[in-house]
Amino acid sequence: MTIVPSIKRDYLAKLAKNGKREDGRAFDEFRNIEIETGVVSKAEGSARVKIGNTQVLTGIKMGIGEPYPDTPETGVMTTAAELIPLASPDFEAGPPRENAIELARVVDRGIRESQLIEVEKLCIEPEEKVWLVFIDIHILDYDGNLFDAASLASLAALMTTKVPAKRFELGEDYPLPIKEPPISCTSVKFNDVVVMDPSLDEEEIAEVRLTVATDKNEDIRAMQKGLNGSFTRDEIKKVIKASIDNGKKIREQLYKSTGK
Amino acid sequence: MKSEIKLFENGKRLDGRMPDELRNIKIKAGVLHRAEGSCYLEWGGNKVMVAVYGPREAIPRHTQNPLRAIVTARYNMAAFSVEDRKRPGPDRRSREISKVISEALESVILVEKFPRATIDVNIEVLDAEAGTRCAGLTAAAVALVDAGIPMKDIPVACAAGKINDQIVLDLGKDEDNYGSADLPIAISPRTGEILLLQMDGHLTQEEFDKAFDFALKGCHIISDLQKKAILEKYQSEAGGI
Repeated sequence: MTIVPSIKRDYLAKLAKNGKREDGRAFDEFRNIEIETGVVSKAEGSARVKIGNTQVLTGIKMGIGEPYPDTPETGVMTTAAELIPLASPDFEAGPPRENAIELARVVDRGIRESQLIEVEKLCIEPEEKVWLVFIDIHILDYDGNLFDAASLASLAALMTTKVPAKRFELGEDYPLPIKEPPISCTSVKFNDVVVMDPSLDEEEIAEVRLTVATDKNEDIRAMQKGLNGSFTRDEIKKVIKASIDNGKKIREQLYKSTGK
Repeated sequence: MKSEIKLFENGKRLDGRMPDELRNIKIKAGVLHRAEGSCYLEWGGNKVMVAVYGPREAIPRHTQNPLRAIVTARYNMAAFSVEDRKRPGPDRRSREISKVISEALESVILVEKFPRATIDVNIEVLDAEAGTRCAGLTAAAVALVDAGIPMKDIPVACAAGKINDQIVLDLGKDEDNYGSADLPIAISPRTGEILLLQMDGHLTQEEFDKAFDFALKGCHIISDLQKKAILEKYQSEAGGI
């Protein structure tokens, strides 16, 4: 954690009091989002997502392995995130720490619990052979809101993934079977204001964080509260509303850039 | 096994290149917001991103050198950069490559200017197709310039090798897998000093000389591309002189 000088903290709080943010956005406004798919040729699917200056690259690799004994007819997915030292002066090399693990698990849950990947279609031979889906998230440039960038990059990568059947002599390659993606939107609160899509500075002075994933029908599919502060009931309602509104726009962009 | 595959026919290579022809190379300086200096490089099917942090205090303290800075290059392959998923984290191969690249960079950086400091060079291979160490070092050099690290020269790397008894420049994927020799080098193009030299396979003395000449030639071509990439960034920042 870098030390935000108290001057900066006061500055952001003062701006917020006047209804402003450092980069001129409205409280419920996302930074500009760019989605680019098919960026890694060795991967079965890949996507680079930029949210403002934050940049995340997700690559999907697939292989064949054994299913878990309790789900003998479904494919297996695993998610790993690496906070590589490329992305920030504070990230260190080595095995994933708490933050990387939380990030990977939140993204994993978003995909797993929404049953985005139709894992029951990834069985080759019950109890013997199923497809394995590896979701690897690389953080390239860190300027806040990794949760949304990582989950959006993973969605875009999965939506453009081709199952490499030919390489394993199982017929022609075909698109990974997937369903409707839930879009996650993160908000943080500091000095009694709630802002959507926090920048790094805002994240560093945040007291509490809330990620809300919503689907096409405006239903809530996943939530995660973080940090040691608290929200009121009213604030949570507002965050959900803003997440649905932003989610709608992001979903449109996601469909457009993945050609769906 | 090795010689059974035709890698060189009718004066051309599998991918249609001439013996002394490089793959396509694209270099862009200053691509990351957070890093002090950065570079994105595409070299054939290789895609490499490098970020430079520092000079900053070396931690843990026992790694500090009271007379000069240490250069810590970290070469890392993304799990999805290769055909079969690579387990994340450093293995013996990437540790070795990190070491030889660190040493090559250290010999051009003016390390005496920053006692007790470290200059961290993070090399991420996002897509791999033979020759990643040369791509990594070449991109690292551009990122160091972008970070404003004082250097005697901008180092550059390139490989040559042998396929079906023919010496060729810049081995591609199949040539690397089935060829009979690989010779990656890094030089300081201004003085011609050799900063990195590795070889595996089998070369006669004449073949070595020829391969070395090829690699040198490649280095000089790529050196121009590096300078162009740096100029491109800083000319546009200065308002397009």
